[in-house]
Amino acid sequence: MSKFRKKGKKGQPAVNTASLPDIVFMLLFFFMVTTVMRETSLKVENKTPKATEVSKLERKSLVAYIYIGKPIKSLQGAFGTAPRIQLNDAFKTLEDIPLFVDMEIEQRDPAEQNMITWSLKVDEKTKMGIVTEVKQELRKANALKLNYSTKKTDKITN
Amino acid sequence: MAKREISEINAGSMADIAFLLLIFFLVTTTMDTDTGLIRKLPPVLDEYTPPPPIKQRNIFEILVNANDQLLVEGEYIQVTELRAKAKEFIKSDPGNPNMPEFKDTEIPRLGLVPVSKQIISLQNDNGTSYEMYIKVQNELVAAYNELRNEFAQQKFQKSYQELVQQSKASDANKEKMKAVKKFYPQRISEAEPKKVGGSE
Repeated sequence: MSKFRKKGKKGQPAVNTASLPDIVFMLLFFFMVTTVMRETSLKVENKTPKATEVSKLERKSLVAYIYIGKPIKSLQGAFGTAPRIQLNDAFKTLEDIPLFVDMEIEQRDPAEQNMITWSLKVDEKTKMGIVTEVKQELRKANALKLNYSTKKTDKITN
Repeated sequence: MAKREISEINAGSMADIAFLLLIFFLVTTTMDTDTGLIRKLPPVLDEYTPPPPIKQRNIFEILVNANDQLLVEGEYIQVTELRAKAKEFIKSDPGNPNMPEFKDTEIPRLGLVPVSKQIISLQNDNGTSYEMYIKVQNELVAAYNELRNEFAQQKFQKSYQELVQQSKASDANKEKMKAVKKFYPQRISEAEPKKVGGSE
């Protein structure tokens, strides 16, 4: 007759799930903080080419995007298949580029206005004609720091 | 009268709610880090100053036509061969009269060193595909990067990439990086495209 009785074997205790919400919340906050909502909806086909010597764009707030490519399938009926320039949310022409450059510069902090990178997101099937014209316009508007948006790959082929 | 215990709010479904939100953010998030080739455009020149004369031997001429074919220094080659050719040219050879000349330049940390006067001239057609253009650009940048890496390894026992990464942390590395950059300056000149051959 001992005071300390051996505990009888009970089945495995259930795993305590009380901290599960905490873990999930932690993940949730991580994704909430890192997520970037797309600001523009693409109206042109945009499959950027691949390159090996790519570098990362450091500050997203100092990047302005110019999209070039042929209109997406659903818009081809209205706009045809010739490559077009998309600035912000609309199709634009070459003449609109100087204004676009000015507006983008205006939106930035005065101290950082000359640090803007102009990211050209061009579809790989586009011909150079339109790209060169855009580049000439940017040159005239004194927007000289370009970034040709490309994906990283290990090796390029012929 | 028996004391009634305040019943706790059942928090069992909290995990479900949190999961729901989590899945929403997982789906909508785009983790695309923007990568690309960084280039600088030349500022607009005023029309009255003629371009400085450049000797033929200092120019590495690349032509790309509307069918995405490459003509380098008058020779038809594949884009995969371009890197080696460009490297050979940028490096130059003091004894060879067809290779670029050297100019003795004072570079901090290196002293007076001969720097080759190479210039790469790239001309593409209006019908060249953007994919090809990027490939050529990429190979040229790769050629410069490889040469800089080799040179930095030889002089400072560190690759150029490492110097760039460490340049923010220490001034010595920044100076070294600049010295390597000055020894192999990236000079890629893009001529105005020609409208010959090929349909848009």
